[in-house]
Amino acid sequence: MLDADFFRRWMTAAAAAVDREADRLTELDSPIGDADHGSNLKRGFTAVREVVEAEAPETPGAVLTLAGRQLISKVGGASGPLYGTLLRRTGKALGDAAEVSQPELAEALRAGVAAVAQLGGAAAGDKTMLDALIPAADALDESFDVARAAAEKGALATTPMQARKGRASYLGERSIGHQDPGATSSALLIAALAEVAGG
Amino acid sequence: MGERRVGIVLVSHSGPVAVAVAELVKGLAGGGDTAPVAPAGGTPDGGLGTSAELITDAARAVDQGAGVVLLADLGSAVLTVKSLLAEGDELPDGARLVDAPFVEGAVAAVVTASAGADLDAVEEAAKEAYAYRKA
Repeated sequence: MLDADFFRRWMTAAAAAVDREADRLTELDSPIGDADHGSNLKRGFTAVREVVEAEAPETPGAVLTLAGRQLISKVGGASGPLYGTLLRRTGKALGDAAEVSQPELAEALRAGVAAVAQLGGAAAGDKTMLDALIPAADALDESFDVARAAAEKGALATTPMQARKGRASYLGERSIGHQDPGATSSALLIAALAEVAGG
Repeated sequence: MGERRVGIVLVSHSGPVAVAVAELVKGLAGGGDTAPVAPAGGTPDGGLGTSAELITDAARAVDQGAGVVLLADLGSAVLTVKSLLAEGDELPDGARLVDAPFVEGAVAAVVTASAGADLDAVEEAAKEAYAYRKA
């Protein structure tokens, strides 16, 4: 079973991963975005780490809801409301339980991913974070490591896609050949989850 | 005096754009005694982007109890307003995001709201701004 401490460690690991990979995320965001994805997420997850450590919420759902609110208020770019909605809706779906099972987390994460799709009006294959998150949430029923692999594969699969949402969609065919920064950061978030589960 | 009017919030990626559009619409609405309008553009440190804090502050500032219409330009401005509305308690009661062109919709909304129209009528006027074809 996964308790609040597990979820706090997930957020801390996610902040460390975003910190480590911020330059790469911004680099990926340069040809097809506005070159701020790494710095925006770094600001957001730094705030998440601080507030989650300071307030130490007592349930898994409360940890993710608090983290989501921080991302919505601190990021400043579209990734803020999108990741904020992902974590907040996942947290709400977990409810007040003190501990949750891995299948319960998988189901809650699918609710979070559905909320992201609704907020952005995007679907699988649009070259967005959903291309990493949808396969990861489905694979999480099996194991954390399978989910991590699915997210990474999904992020890599965005390279030949043409963007249909957000700023990159204005580039049309010129968006082809670049890995999507949002799918890449989503894979980092899932990798951080698997890292915490594995060790 | 005493009449409660619908408030308008202008959410842009850029602080100067939001401020300038607010000035433009107040001027076009006849100056003087217009409905309350507040800009919420850029990030708190003056950069490009969207700030949930500036949006909620602006919405509270223009709220007279008759509802608040939020107009947004694109991308994170739209998504941030939507996620604040989904949050439930961040924005005043009767706050809504209206699907309208940013500048034209703002003019229509403020003129209508200044005339004392209710929230539905202000929303409708802003949406109708899409019907104005330029070519």
